[in-house]
Amino acid sequence: MTAITQVRPGSRRKGRNKRDPFRATPLTKIALGFTVLLSIFPIYWMIIIASRTNSEAVDVPPPLLPGGNLGENIQRVLSTEDAHFITGLVNSLIVTSTVTVSVVLISTFAGFAFARLHFRGRNLLLGSILITMMVPLQQMGIVPLYQLMVTLGWTGTLKAVILPYLLNGFGVFMMTQYTDQAVPEELVEAARVDGASTMRIWWNVILPAVRPGMAVLALQTFMLNWNEFMWPLIVLTPDNPTVQVSISFLTAAHTTDYVLIFTGTALSVLPLIVVFVAFGRQIVGGLMEGAVKA
Amino acid sequence: MDLKATPYFLISPYFILFAIFGLFPLVFTLWVSLQDYGLAGGDASFTGLENYTKLLADSDFWNAVINTVGIFILATVPQLVLALLLANALNKRLRGRLFFRLGVLVPLVTSVVAVAIVFTQLYGRDFGLFNWLLGFVGVDQHIDWQSAKWSSWTAIATMVDWRWTGYNAIIYLAGMQTIPRDLYEAASIDGASPRRQFWQITLPMIRPTIIFTVFVSTIGGLTLFAEPVMFASNRMDGGATGQFQTIAMYIVEQGFRNFDYGYAAAAAWLLFVLILIGVGINYMFVRRIGGSK
Repeated sequence: MTAITQVRPGSRRKGRNKRDPFRATPLTKIALGFTVLLSIFPIYWMIIIASRTNSEAVDVPPPLLPGGNLGENIQRVLSTEDAHFITGLVNSLIVTSTVTVSVVLISTFAGFAFARLHFRGRNLLLGSILITMMVPLQQMGIVPLYQLMVTLGWTGTLKAVILPYLLNGFGVFMMTQYTDQAVPEELVEAARVDGASTMRIWWNVILPAVRPGMAVLALQTFMLNWNEFMWPLIVLTPDNPTVQVSISFLTAAHTTDYVLIFTGTALSVLPLIVVFVAFGRQIVGGLMEGAVKA
Repeated sequence: MDLKATPYFLISPYFILFAIFGLFPLVFTLWVSLQDYGLAGGDASFTGLENYTKLLADSDFWNAVINTVGIFILATVPQLVLALLLANALNKRLRGRLFFRLGVLVPLVTSVVAVAIVFTQLYGRDFGLFNWLLGFVGVDQHIDWQSAKWSSWTAIATMVDWRWTGYNAIIYLAGMQTIPRDLYEAASIDGASPRRQFWQITLPMIRPTIIFTVFVSTIGGLTLFAEPVMFASNRMDGGATGQFQTIAMYIVEQGFRNFDYGYAAAAAWLLFVLILIGVGINYMFVRRIGGSK
C-alpha cells in the first residue's frame, strides 16, 4: 500500500485552476473514504465475531474490536464433525486449482487459434462462443446436467463439480483479445518462415507474450470458482462438500452459534483475501483492461 | 497438414467440453421439460406442454417471478447509479488512487455465501447491528427482516449492492478513462458545470460500458440464488410464505427437493425467457441514456 504516501511529482497543481474538472473536492474525498470504510466493515465485523465468544457477540452495544478467542474458535470449527470443514477446504482447493489451470490452458490454446491462425469457420465458431456467454448455462441446464452425473455415477464426487467448469467462454474471449494485442502478426509470420510448427510457435512466441493475460484470467477464474455454490450444493453430499457447501450446512445446523458460523466463514474467505492482498493490483488492472470501453 | 489441422486441434478442448457440459444439457432441458417424472422419480412419461401450462397457472411460480424481479430492480438501480457516482469520484485526481480502487473492490473478493451469512446476522431481529442502529433514529420496534416482502427484499438487495457496486464502479472507471480529457477542458472553458459535463460528456461516452454492466447485472440478478438461500438459513422456501423465494430457488426446490425434474426444467426455460425479456427491456432503456446524438 505504498500508494497512500506516494505523491506523483508534477501531476498536482501545475497549471491547474479552480475550473479544473478533475479536481477532487473535499466532499469527494470524504465520500470515497466513507465508501471504503463501508466496503471493509462487514469483513472486519466477521473478524470481530470470529474472535469473540457467543455471549460477547450479542452484547449491547456491540463489540467493535476483535477479541482473543480466534484460535479456540478455529479449533471448534475444525472439530465440528457434521460440517466436514477441513474436507471442504481441501476439496475447494483441489477443484479450484484444477479448474483454474485447465481454463487458462484451454483458453490460451483457443485464443491463439482465434487471434492468429486462419481456418474455415473461425468467425462462426468465435461468434458461437460469444452468444453462449450470454446464456446462464449452469442454471438453464441444471436438470440434465444432474441426470448426466447420475448416469455417469459421478454425483457426490469432485469430478461432478470440476468438469462442467472446465469450459469458460469468457476465458476464450479474453485470451483471444489479449493474444490479438500482445502478439504482432509479423512475429508469427517470421517464425513460420523460419520453419517453426504451429505448436512450436505457441510454445516459443505466444506463451511468453500472453503470460500477463493468463495470470489475470487465472486470478479471476480462481475467485469465481471458489465462490460457486448452487451446483455443488445440488450435486455433492454433506460429507464430501466444497467449502461453500460446508459453511452453508454449518449455518443450517448451528443457527444460533454465530461465533462458530463466523469463524468458518472467515476461514472460507481467507484464501481469497490472501490472493487479493498479493495480487490486488493485477486484479484491478485486469478488470479495467477487460472492460468494454467506448 | 499442420496449417490446416492444428487450429482445430487447438480449439477442440473447448468445443468438446462445451458440447458435453454446455450444449447437451441446454438442449436436453427442453426434452426433459416435456416429461412428467411422477412421484417415484423413476420413469418419465411424455406429457407435451403440460408442465408449462401448469407452471403458468402456479401462483408459487409467479410469486417467485415477482420476488426475483422485485429484488432485481431494488438492487440494480441504486447499485448502478451509485457505481456511476463512485466511478466519477475515482476518476478525479487523487492521492492514493490504488488504495481507493482496491478499497472499493474488497467486497468482490469475499465469497457470496460469506457475504450473505454476515449480512443475515447484521439483519438479525434481536441482536442485529442494523436494528440496534435503527434504535437511534427512533425505530424502537425490532424489525424481523425475514418476515415481510419489503424488508427481506431490501436486506437481500443490500447484500447484492454491497458486493457488486465497487466492481461496477471499476468497470465504469475503465470506460471513463478512455474519454479524451480535452473534451472536459473545452467544456470547462465554455463554462459547463461538472454536473453538466457528467450528463453531456461522461454518460454518453461510456454508454457501451453501461450496456455491458446492465447485461451482466440482469443475468446475475434474475438468477439470484446464494444470498436469499442463506438469508433463509440454507432453505429453498424463501421464508414461511415464500416472501423472498427467487426463481433459481424455486427450480432447485422443484427439481431437487421434490424431484419433479420436468417441472424444474420447464421453469428453467421460463427463466431463460424472462432473462431475454429483461435484457431486451434494459437494452432499449439504456440506449436512450445521454439522449440521441
